[in-house]
Amino acid sequence: MLMNLFKFKGGVKPPTNKTQSLTLPIAQAPLPSRLIVPLHQSIGGMPQPVVQAGDKVLKGQLIGEADGWISSAVHAPTSGTVLEVAMHVQPHPSGLDAMCVVIEPDGKDEWIAREALDYKALKPEEVRERLQQAGVVGLGGAVFPTHGKLTASKTVEMEEMVINGAECEPFITCDDLLMRERAEEVVRGIGIFRDLLQPKKVLIGIEDNKPEAAAAMRAAVDALGESFLVVPVPTLYPAGGAKQLIRVLTGKEVPASKRSTDLGVQCFNVATAYTAWRAIAHGEPVVSRLVTLTGNVGEPRNYEVLIGTPMDELLALAGPKQDTDGIVMGGPMMGFMVPNGSAPVVKATNCLIAHSTKLFPPKAPEMPCIRCGSCAEACPHELQPFEMYWFSRAKNFGKTQEYHIFDCIECGCCSFVCPSRIPLVQYFRFAKSEIWAREREKKAADTAKTRFEFKQLREEREKAEKAEKLAKAAAAQAAKKAAEAAAAAAGTESAGTEQAASVPSTEAPAQAVAVDAEKEAKKAAIAAAMARAKAQREAVQPKNTEALTAAQQHAIDDIESRRSVLAPESQDAAAPGSEKAE
Amino acid sequence: MMFAPAPYLLKDVSVSKVMTQVCLALLPGIAAYVWLIGPAILIQLLLASLTALLAEGLMLRLQGKPLGLFLADGSAIVTAWLIALAFPPLAPWWLIVTGTAFAIVVAKQLYGGLGQNPFNPAMIAFAVCIVAFPALMSQWPPAGLDASFLEQCKVIFGFSPRLDALSGATPLDAMKTGLKLAEGTSSVSHLMANSEIYGQLAGRGWEWVATGYLIGGLWMWHRKLISWHVPTAFIGAILAISGALWLYDPSQFASPMFHLLSGGSMLGAFFIATDPVSGCTTPRGKLIFAAGAGLLAYIIRVFGGYPDGVAFAVLLLNLCAPVIDLLTQPAIFGMKDKS
Ligand code: SF4
Ligand code: SF4
Repeated sequence: MLMNLFKFKGGVKPPTNKTQSLTLPIAQAPLPSRLIVPLHQSIGGMPQPVVQAGDKVLKGQLIGEADGWISSAVHAPTSGTVLEVAMHVQPHPSGLDAMCVVIEPDGKDEWIAREALDYKALKPEEVRERLQQAGVVGLGGAVFPTHGKLTASKTVEMEEMVINGAECEPFITCDDLLMRERAEEVVRGIGIFRDLLQPKKVLIGIEDNKPEAAAAMRAAVDALGESFLVVPVPTLYPAGGAKQLIRVLTGKEVPASKRSTDLGVQCFNVATAYTAWRAIAHGEPVVSRLVTLTGNVGEPRNYEVLIGTPMDELLALAGPKQDTDGIVMGGPMMGFMVPNGSAPVVKATNCLIAHSTKLFPPKAPEMPCIRCGSCAEACPHELQPFEMYWFSRAKNFGKTQEYHIFDCIECGCCSFVCPSRIPLVQYFRFAKSEIWAREREKKAADTAKTRFEFKQLREEREKAEKAEKLAKAAAAQAAKKAAEAAAAAAGTESAGTEQAASVPSTEAPAQAVAVDAEKEAKKAAIAAAMARAKAQREAVQPKNTEALTAAQQHAIDDIESRRSVLAPESQDAAAPGSEKAE
Repeated sequence: MMFAPAPYLLKDVSVSKVMTQVCLALLPGIAAYVWLIGPAILIQLLLASLTALLAEGLMLRLQGKPLGLFLADGSAIVTAWLIALAFPPLAPWWLIVTGTAFAIVVAKQLYGGLGQNPFNPAMIAFAVCIVAFPALMSQWPPAGLDASFLEQCKVIFGFSPRLDALSGATPLDAMKTGLKLAEGTSSVSHLMANSEIYGQLAGRGWEWVATGYLIGGLWMWHRKLISWHVPTAFIGAILAISGALWLYDPSQFASPMFHLLSGGSMLGAFFIATDPVSGCTTPRGKLIFAAGAGLLAYIIRVFGGYPDGVAFAVLLLNLCAPVIDLLTQPAIFGMKDKS
């Protein structure tokens, strides 16, 4: 099928290094000694643990319940005993710990009762609910809850659904093998998405260095009688970035300020489609994923790996060489060194690269920018990295925003080509995090101010109420006295004149107090109403982020930061940026 | 432990590689130069290089910056070579040393060193020297100079009087003064007939030097060291204005070819206006910058008081570069059709 492809500007061509891990078919990784399953494995709310130490669990059993709409459930990857629910190191550049359920496998790998469903008989909400309950998230690396992307926009018609099989990062081949070996299920999964979103076209983009995968997918599409188009796209990093792939296949450009649904397009990773199918048609939640083991290892290969498998135990399967000095999770362009080899495989783990200085020589020392413009030429988002670098360095963050720093997808093309070896992306991350930190601080200050104002209002109101009470009491007193006086006057005339003269003198201040109190009360009532309104307004914002532990706060900060990268998409659905460049 | 950040794969590039390639690209022009004038230019290149390295080393030491790293980046050598090629080849040794030292110390290092200089250091050297020593800076030996290498060296190092035979005006300057003195009675073709000075298209032999620069420049473009914007706009601007005036009065205005192959046009188009540090960086900015420089270079060399205009033109445009960049920011991904 001939199709008009579009180009995106920039991009780079690093050596792909994919053949190493392509020689062997997917293998099943053996059960590890322990499984450490982080509860928070998607963007959005932190799932709540529903098991505790000592519990027996079955494979696929729910262990973490989705918290809110943008959140995704977590399941036991195998049958066994829960050892603890505790903090454990995460595969995250920050090296921070997070809440995990640690399971000791019993070796039986016994499933829960799996219920196969015919999704066509279900209502769309039920399918989405199903996917959320099964923990289906974007497996391209951004782990945005998939059900959140499956609601079509009411205002914009869904034109194209883009399926991301580009896999542009060097070294990674798990999507390639998935498409080669399990194309039919991938295509069936795409069918679910198609039925929910009803796009006019479904385009499956695969980089043209994977002809076998493309052929397998095409065959599966034909066999299932679908009308999806399998489109080979030029091999150019980051063609697998959701925004780049959308550009190449549809010509549409999704800026940071927009969601892809606003442009009538939505993007999913092939592996996500596969897990969606498994979840619906086999009742299997996401408890494993394909991981490429490669780099400085004797036998690079792709494995089906249980979520929670410790990385060093997993990497041992591929025979890391003597001089391995670390593990990179993800590709060499956007991945990161895991802080600790005992960190577990998570849903976002598509690749582990054994790092050695021979494979990735240490960077040459950083030189000053010579404004050569190579970075700008390489940037797929057509930014001016050297300007953003300059202002990030100078801590002039406002300026970095003027240069659209939040449109940066952190693909690393600019760092890749910079002759001065400036770690540009690092500067951008720094600038972004500073900006978020400042915004958070500002928000916190605003909240504190509101609280303070509210307190003042309350105090004033209380004062007013007190005054009112006092005034009432005084008035009552005065009235009583007046009555008494009148009675006395009726009794003794001479004393009466004296007493009567004194009545107004007691009544006048009482009246004054009463008027005052009335005013005060009115004021307080208005103020209280305003405060109520304000509180109501605030209550509309989710309030589940209070009284957090430090770790939770960190996790949230992380999410926030990631979410801001994908800012526009995060809110409801479209997370094109979320399926990052692999 | 600090973890190195992504990307882990890097392209095999470095500042010193870039600079080395710029030097390589200058070689065809230098070869033509040697053929035309003799190896004296090599002495000047050496002098300038040594001065540049020394001055750079000294300044780095004073600022406590790593010597080896920055000396090896090659940027000082590029500046030195451009100075040597822009100065008259038989200029006294101290002139080139002064010019180079000034370029490195003041125009480059005092502004913060590599990548920080707002003006092209080589052109600063040229401008300062032509203002301070106008006579020496305007004396260019005639092509096919009949003087041995030794004699040339003697001139450079001051052991031999500066013979009139060794120094004249540049072909550009000769053309300008020739036309001016004759006050309309002489014509371009008449002057060009003087085969002592002029060849077929421009200064005798200098055409080939210019062609050498052109070849080197095209190679740099092929290697993606420079983009097409600057050379095209620079050459285009000179072509346009010289062509228009030439069509208007061919007897009083030399042909576009003459202007392109004379003086610093080709060196300017490919090696000077393309300096990324002091020039514009946005695509449209580069076009404006280079077109402005080309236009100004022509105006200064034809109507101004200096033998050539490239240096002043580039410096003036350096001054405007930040503003031009600011006004020509390209639209980013996804924001092109925004009103
Ligand atoms: S690639 Fe590096 S040296 Fe060149 S402009 Fe960009 S940041 Fe500066
Ligand atoms: S990391 Fe950001 S600035 Fe650098 S090339 Fe990618 S998008 Fe552009």
